Amino acid sequence: MLWFSLLVLIPLCAVVVTAAEGGWDTFWTTITNGQTAAAIRLTVTAAAVVTVVNVVVGPMIAWVLVRDRFWGKGALELLIDIPFALPTIVAGLVLLSLYGHDSPLGIDVANMPSSVYLAYLFVTLPFVVRMVQPVLEQLELDVEEAAASLGASRFTTFRRIILPSLTPAIAAGAALSFARGVSEYGSLVLLSGNLPFKTEVTSVRILSSVENNNLAGAAAVATVLLVISLLVIVLLDVLQRRVAVRD
Amino acid sequence: MTDLLTREQPPKAAPVRRRSRPRKGPVAYLLRLFVTAYLVLLVAWPVSLVAIRTFEDGFSGIQGILEDPDTVTALKLTVTVAISAVVVNTLFGVGISLLLVRSEFPGKRALSALVDLPLSVSPIVVGLALVLVYGGRNGWFGPTLEGAGLQVVFATPGIVMATAFVALPLVIREVVPVLEEIGTDQEVAAQTLGANGWQTFWRVTLPAIKWAIVYGVVLSLARSLGEFGAVKVVSGNVLGQTRTATLVVEEKYLNFDQQGAYATAFLLAMVSVACIVIVSVIRPKNERS
Amino acid sequence: MQKRKITAGLAGVVAGLLALSACGGSSSGSEGDGGSETISIVGFAVPEAANKAIADEFVKTDAGKGVKFSTSYGASGDQSRAVESGLEADYVHFSVASDVTRLVDAGLVAEDWDAGENKGVVSNSIVVFGVREGNPKNIRTWDDLVEPGVEIVTPNPASSGAARWNALAAWGQVIQSGGSEEDAAEYIDKFFANVVSLPGSGRDATTSFLGGTGDVLMAYENEAILAAQNGEGFEYVIPETTLLIENPGAILEDATPVAEDWLEFVLSDEGQKQFALKGFRPIRDDIDFGGTVEGAADPSNPFPEVPNLLTVEKDFGSWSEVSDKFFDEENGLVTEAIEASGKAQ
Repeated sequence: MLWFSLLVLIPLCAVVVTAAEGGWDTFWTTITNGQTAAAIRLTVTAAAVVTVVNVVVGPMIAWVLVRDRFWGKGALELLIDIPFALPTIVAGLVLLSLYGHDSPLGIDVANMPSSVYLAYLFVTLPFVVRMVQPVLEQLELDVEEAAASLGASRFTTFRRIILPSLTPAIAAGAALSFARGVSEYGSLVLLSGNLPFKTEVTSVRILSSVENNNLAGAAAVATVLLVISLLVIVLLDVLQRRVAVRD
Repeated sequence: MTDLLTREQPPKAAPVRRRSRPRKGPVAYLLRLFVTAYLVLLVAWPVSLVAIRTFEDGFSGIQGILEDPDTVTALKLTVTVAISAVVVNTLFGVGISLLLVRSEFPGKRALSALVDLPLSVSPIVVGLALVLVYGGRNGWFGPTLEGAGLQVVFATPGIVMATAFVALPLVIREVVPVLEEIGTDQEVAAQTLGANGWQTFWRVTLPAIKWAIVYGVVLSLARSLGEFGAVKVVSGNVLGQTRTATLVVEEKYLNFDQQGAYATAFLLAMVSVACIVIVSVIRPKNERS
Repeated sequence: MQKRKITAGLAGVVAGLLALSACGGSSSGSEGDGGSETISIVGFAVPEAANKAIADEFVKTDAGKGVKFSTSYGASGDQSRAVESGLEADYVHFSVASDVTRLVDAGLVAEDWDAGENKGVVSNSIVVFGVREGNPKNIRTWDDLVEPGVEIVTPNPASSGAARWNALAAWGQVIQSGGSEEDAAEYIDKFFANVVSLPGSGRDATTSFLGGTGDVLMAYENEAILAAQNGEGFEYVIPETTLLIENPGAILEDATPVAEDWLEFVLSDEGQKQFALKGFRPIRDDIDFGGTVEGAADPSNPFPEVPNLLTVEKDFGSWSEVSDKFFDEENGLVTEAIEASGKAQ
């Protein structure tokens, strides 16, 4: 607990205190500034959409990795964690050359809002996959087979047996990928172009405040993000409990 | 709604009785195709580009990196930091997970929600907050600690803290769902058979959550290797002393040495690949049921 | 049985990695031995190569014999904030004077750091336009930039202090050609309306431009030259009117005495020659750098004279005035122009 306080609680308090030091007026003008508000909207929307995508695709990937067998599956397994290990500048560089103006696929998202989504998808990929994987492995096939032999269709088995077991893991992964999305900066800076009202995310606003020696402003924006993330995390927790109770 | 969907299934429901483990309906193939395509477009292709750019001139890129003593020092520092952060997070993570799942106390759900928060803080803010608290010149505790001979910010402890901070929830979030999934039956059984708390943990709980821990460690390690924003603020980036590998990448990039940047990034990505390979090697095949 | 195998495997991995890191520990402990003096340099990223070359020359002099260097390079603002909050430094070299002022306010740098003949400036450059090969849009003047359809890439002056030179140059050239403040504000609005990308730093902007975004890159001469020296060059045009970029350098109050000698050497002909070879304009006109600089648009005349060269001191007063007037978060002129450009879309 002490370690947790030293590492997390005290620094987070420091952020909130810094935000409070500026006074309510500074806080309010900072977050109601049109550009900042737009950035917060974009960041939260993008993080939410990406989280939903991860919630759908993540378990699929985990399922394939655990239950399917085919040539080359090992290679896929190796890929999952790379988005974390790759320094974000390099991630931005390669994404720019693949999905920028010179894209070999003709997909040009550079300086478009969709670039933010792409970068978020990249950096949050491992969360849900890696959260679901151990649970799926722990899940005993016996139960599924029993259900199947009792005549349950595969869909019913999935909905009644597998899904409830996976829900906590999916919820945990979703919370993390939302949180990570909200704070991401490095990988999208090259691709998004930081255009105000269009592709500018909150991290850029925070940097601007910091550069202007306005620590209170930076902390204010960070606090808003903290509160939003906290809400989302609690919401996911509640949702997950309800799903768990229902089944 | 459910009925409708279930009714579409009967043709496939029949062969299920056969106890076929690798069931290969069209759904499985579609899923496989989709997952492969998704991963290739999102990860494999970008990563292969990193590899291609690294080896454009053969091995000279990698060789250049490994011959530069400052870069080698940075790589070693990154490895030290990553391992310290992972060890700390694993011990702490397993502890917190047990606390969260196996005991009841007021504020438990609040604690559970707080655990995720570190990830939602912009790395720059993480760094600034750590400096604010532990900074040697005018932090809350910094001057006191420095008086006691422990420099945190702009030294290795600060880098470890920043790294641990950003990777904190990973182990916990891996372990908690598994702990919830396995339930307490076996532990209770062990205890009725006379095992003490430590034995129960070591013999019953740990084996059950070991793969969750392994995945958590792998994720944390990857995250620790790649962390940049928070580390940049607290490390001071002193060449040969507190410069980590990701900072090397940034510096090479800033100095128009793209190949060097790619090569360093490639090495980092390879470490995470190596971790997965190690995991699959030490993992007995038969356990895959 | 099985568990033991895993434990053994993990132990092996950990042991191996620890061994690796142990080697790291021993080799990094080499600084500070032999009783020689160490100068800690903290600077922005671009002059790293030049500073390295100057350091090599410095240790050959009497004053610099046996001196060791400990260096840290990164984004100018980050570096300045790091020194403010306790990063050890003897000599700082930043991109904008306001980053030094921050240290003056913190009591780390003497008030009169810019009182010398060089006014605290250790290296110069100018704002230039980076263009596509062959300059297909024929961009020569500032007016060409605000033509409809011209796409501009410029580093974000809000989040990067070092990027502020560009916006200032755009403003100053209107005033210089006889325009009023209103004309300048109007120009700035049009300018940012044409901006298609505002990456975080000068380097990010260059990458984004080379990656295919935009027709014009707001760049610095030295970065353009350094990029060309590293095989990532682009054509650049020097406009008739542009702003002189002055990068300040300063010694900290509690610096080791040999840092004074170092600063003197940096300002000497030899030091400035090394800057010139890496693309910076020397702070004095009579520096002999051998006549050619690789990577410049014309290597034999690397630093052509600019007909109308603006400076911050002459045309804008001081950096603190500039920060308040143009870049204030609430009502700075440039801040508002950027915001307006976003709303218009």
